[in-house]
Amino acid sequence: MRVNLEINGEQHTADDVWPGESLLYVLRERLGLPGAKNACEQGECGSCTVYLDGTPVCACLVAAGQAEGRSVRTVEGLGGEDRLDPVQDAFVRTGAVQCGFCTPGLVIAAHDLVHRNPHASDAEIREALAGNLCRCTGYEKILDAVRLAASTVAGERA
Amino acid sequence: MDFLRPASLAEALAAKAENPAAVPIAGGTDVMVELNFDRRRPPALLDLGRVAELARWGEENGHVRLGATVSYTRIVEELGTVLPGLAMAARTVGSPQIRNRAGVGGNLGSASPAGDAHPPLLAAGAEVELASVRGTRTVPVGEFFLGPKRSALAEDELITAVLVPRAAGPQQFAKVGTRNAMVIAVCSFGLALDTAARSVGTGIGSAGPTPLRAAEAEEFAAAALPWDEPAALDEATAREFGELVAAAARPIDDVRGSAAYRRHALAVLARRTLRWAWQDVSGGR
Repeated sequence: MRVNLEINGEQHTADDVWPGESLLYVLRERLGLPGAKNACEQGECGSCTVYLDGTPVCACLVAAGQAEGRSVRTVEGLGGEDRLDPVQDAFVRTGAVQCGFCTPGLVIAAHDLVHRNPHASDAEIREALAGNLCRCTGYEKILDAVRLAASTVAGERA
Repeated sequence: MDFLRPASLAEALAAKAENPAAVPIAGGTDVMVELNFDRRRPPALLDLGRVAELARWGEENGHVRLGATVSYTRIVEELGTVLPGLAMAARTVGSPQIRNRAGVGGNLGSASPAGDAHPPLLAAGAEVELASVRGTRTVPVGEFFLGPKRSALAEDELITAVLVPRAAGPQQFAKVGTRNAMVIAVCSFGLALDTAARSVGTGIGSAGPTPLRAAEAEEFAAAALPWDEPAALDEATAREFGELVAAAARPIDDVRGSAAYRRHALAVLARRTLRWAWQDVSGGR
């Protein structure tokens, strides 16, 4: 079947989509957007987190057909060619990236949090990132990154 | 495989009648796992994501009619006052990403004994609304579950809503797992007090072939609680309540925990939740 969807502000069409296929597969294998990562395929690790109509979801748990006509924003759509999003920049500055596999999902989850609540407490940050697993960092640098990104976003709004 | 995309409830029911083997999908948090892991190859998926009637909730005649696809995130944000027990359980489901997609309809449809929504729905005396082209019926949630992953849902029916009585007193929910997020309950417990009717509702999760009520524990607590002059809960009442809840469970040993541990933990959860709930009645006295 054919699936039409908006990704990072542009219209895309994927053909020959198997109806049981996930949005993640369509993004990575059919449309050449490998930012969202494929790991557990059961919603456990969060590495495939993308925005679907503005809400963070696991792309591996969305059937491709469910995304028909919807709007998707992936990690590729946060910054630009020559500019990092403040959340991406914060991850780089704080050393929150080691192997990097979990990073795109964490960046989306963190991006959602700091825009919803730029004054989040540590408990709220942990809760917001509870669906994203990282096996390298021990999370402390990631928490630093989210705090830094939140203060940047709060500063932009002030 | 076909992908069916009804735009209304009427279309969805017609599609289900024509394709009884079609698997309904809403949040996808159970169904997609089975597809991704090649555990299931249904002839069709029936996407309920565009059926607006299923994504609404409203109050009518003292109960909340909660549409099958209202997300757990919305339940937490919008229903904490009227359905506190369900909202507490909703907050423990999966992760933010899962709660943004998953809802009560799918939890009931999967009919796992470990479903987080089931204990609070049992404790509150909820009913499941089932619809087909033949008509609509309601089934008490305690009669909906027939066994592990088996329910009273007929093959041409869809779960359209749950009807949950508005809370008439404090409600609590507690769950045991290895961490706060992304846990399939080792065991869980829901409690609902009705201070007007002076009754107690219970729901046991993940400790039997289906979610269970603890009827003897309910009767004991309703009779033993000092409703007339709400004083602090005495230790003996809390302990006896916990023991009766544990006795009502029918747990097995599995990878998540032993039957003996589940019984022990349920007794603890039951007396803790009763204490928390009663504190709200007695004003912490």
